[in-house]
Amino acid sequence: MLSVKNLCVSVEGKEILKGINLEIKPGEVHAIMGPNGSGKSTLANILTGREGYEITQGEVTYMGKNLLEMAPEDRANEGIFLSFQYPVEIPGVPMVSFLKAAVNEHRKHRGLEPLTAGEFLKLMKEKKELVEMDTQLTNRSVNEGFSGGEKKKNEIFQMALLEPKLAILDETDSGLDIDALKIVAHGVNALKSPERSTIVVTHYQRLLDYIIPDFVHVLYDGRIVKSAGKELAFELEEKGYDWIKKENDN
Amino acid sequence: MSNLIEKTDYSLKIAAQFNDLKVELIKQSSDLLNEPRKKAFQNFIAGGLPTLKNEDYKYTNLQPLFSTDFKFNPVFSGKAFPDEDLEKLIPQINSTRIFLENGCFSNGFFSDLPKGILVGSLKETAAKNPERIRNYYNHLTTENNDPLVALNTAFATDGYFIFIPKNLQVEKNLQIINILSAETDSYFTQRNLVVVEAGASVDIFVCDVALGSKKYFANQSTEIFIGENASVNYSYFRNQPSGVAGINSVFIRQEKNSVLKTLTANLYGGLIRNNLFIELEGENCETGLYGITFSDQTQHVDNFIRVNHNKPHCNSYQLYKNVLDGQSTGAFTGRIHVKRDAQKTNAFQRNNNLVLTDEAKMFTKPQLIIDADDVKCSHGATVGQIDEEALFYLRSRGIPEKEARLMMTHAFFHEVLQQIKSESLRNSLNGLIEKRLGGEQNSVLENQS
Repeated sequence: MLSVKNLCVSVEGKEILKGINLEIKPGEVHAIMGPNGSGKSTLANILTGREGYEITQGEVTYMGKNLLEMAPEDRANEGIFLSFQYPVEIPGVPMVSFLKAAVNEHRKHRGLEPLTAGEFLKLMKEKKELVEMDTQLTNRSVNEGFSGGEKKKNEIFQMALLEPKLAILDETDSGLDIDALKIVAHGVNALKSPERSTIVVTHYQRLLDYIIPDFVHVLYDGRIVKSAGKELAFELEEKGYDWIKKENDN
Repeated sequence: MSNLIEKTDYSLKIAAQFNDLKVELIKQSSDLLNEPRKKAFQNFIAGGLPTLKNEDYKYTNLQPLFSTDFKFNPVFSGKAFPDEDLEKLIPQINSTRIFLENGCFSNGFFSDLPKGILVGSLKETAAKNPERIRNYYNHLTTENNDPLVALNTAFATDGYFIFIPKNLQVEKNLQIINILSAETDSYFTQRNLVVVEAGASVDIFVCDVALGSKKYFANQSTEIFIGENASVNYSYFRNQPSGVAGINSVFIRQEKNSVLKTLTANLYGGLIRNNLFIELEGENCETGLYGITFSDQTQHVDNFIRVNHNKPHCNSYQLYKNVLDGQSTGAFTGRIHVKRDAQKTNAFQRNNNLVLTDEAKMFTKPQLIIDADDVKCSHGATVGQIDEEALFYLRSRGIPEKEARLMMTHAFFHEVLQQIKSESLRNSLNGLIEKRLGGEQNSVLENQS
């Protein structure tokens, strides 16, 4: 589904990613862990097409296509979804019209008719229950005045509406209390399917108690320095990142 | 030196028009409108057609417009335009509609107006019932030093007159539709008067539209008197082809405990100047002045505001937002003057601008003059671009860049639009803004034959 080969990325001349290799097959859950500043968010941003990065080497293939040539909206419509680490507040853009536009763009891309207002509201109601989203929130502007937890819930709510093939959760656990974390994880797990893959970018092992990864990769200083099964996450939780740093700095 | 000659030339050109039309203007009008005519014209000549050297017209150059040989006060010829096209330009709301053509009162459907309210022609009222307007007409404009306002008084023959009697609450919106249409390049004059007596309330929604592809200059002045405890919503909406230039001067005097809310919405037009002069003449007045402007191509919109706090315990608030695309330019001048007696004044002002291209330019000049010592005042202005983070957020959900930019641009106006109480007006205006941003209004306005 996704194949990242020798990806090198710089920002303003500074090399952030130094040759990333990653293979993701349908249905797999990959966790990407690592200390702060290791390049985790950069990887998530590159996959979703955020501007401001210079790709100096390597290639990314998604469903047989060159992902790096695609505009962010095309990637989204092809099934890539990013749950933002810091969801953006957009005063004046109502949640409902934003969500409806997004859903209908996805449908258009698949050659489907746009949903009517009634159909859309029904879909929204169904997905809202999944993440226990308050109706008051969907009557506001996008993320405006949402608490940290509400913003993260809203990301998973959007994911549920858009049903991506590849979901990238960038530090979705940060700023969540344990109850919100459970709700968010429940939403993610409910969307699990043999066709849907997930990349969980996280600093802590905590989220991985609820979203069980098939693979855990440790990103350090722009490289994946260790890949293993879920047990690696426990090891990191126990020992911290220092031993990884030591191993690699020498 | 060349500027001076130019100024003299165009002022003389206008003077020649006045001399040609003077006899006709006086013949058409009653004494009340004729009395101030000569003095006003002298005031215009004394000031001259403003140049960029005039501080109040620093950002708006009227001079090039008057190189055109305008026909002054032309008769209406709206024949070439079917009504359904006109309707596309005007917000559709549940209202009592009043029509004016080339500045002259035309007709309206008044069967549902409450008793005691008067809506009609200024010309007719001045002739048949001068007592109704004697204490108001030219009372606010006479002190003003804008030469274009003086020129309006000099050429004034007609416009709308609205009278809301004491304690009457007018439920239905009064929608005034001003249509300009002529076969030649034309200069129009329209003069309006609104009197809202104590305790009354009314919503007035003025829509300026124009038909045809000729060059127009429209000079409109409106005096509005708001009595004690009265409440007025005055909204002004402009949707005209880019060949239309114009100045709309609105003078409002508020008595004590009165409430005023204005909205100025510039959707489309060539060169636009909106003057808004507020006199707070009583205590405890509430004043909210709001504006939105979208401009593109080489359009120019200048919102020029003065609020005079003459009495204590009044609150005034200004919020104007502009979006500038293409090579368009804009100006905002908002002056709050708190006079010595106006203690306990709260006066705030904000002008936010979104500049979408490198070629578009915005000039903003918030001003505070405070002569009292116990007041709360603030002013601020910003000029910025579309938030790239938000843009990426929308695109990352599959919304194409162009669509995402439109959503963000429209969203920029939201803060102002939510001030509109009437849901039907808000929705209708939102619909027209959406069409305007999407480029659909251009085809309706610019492809007229």
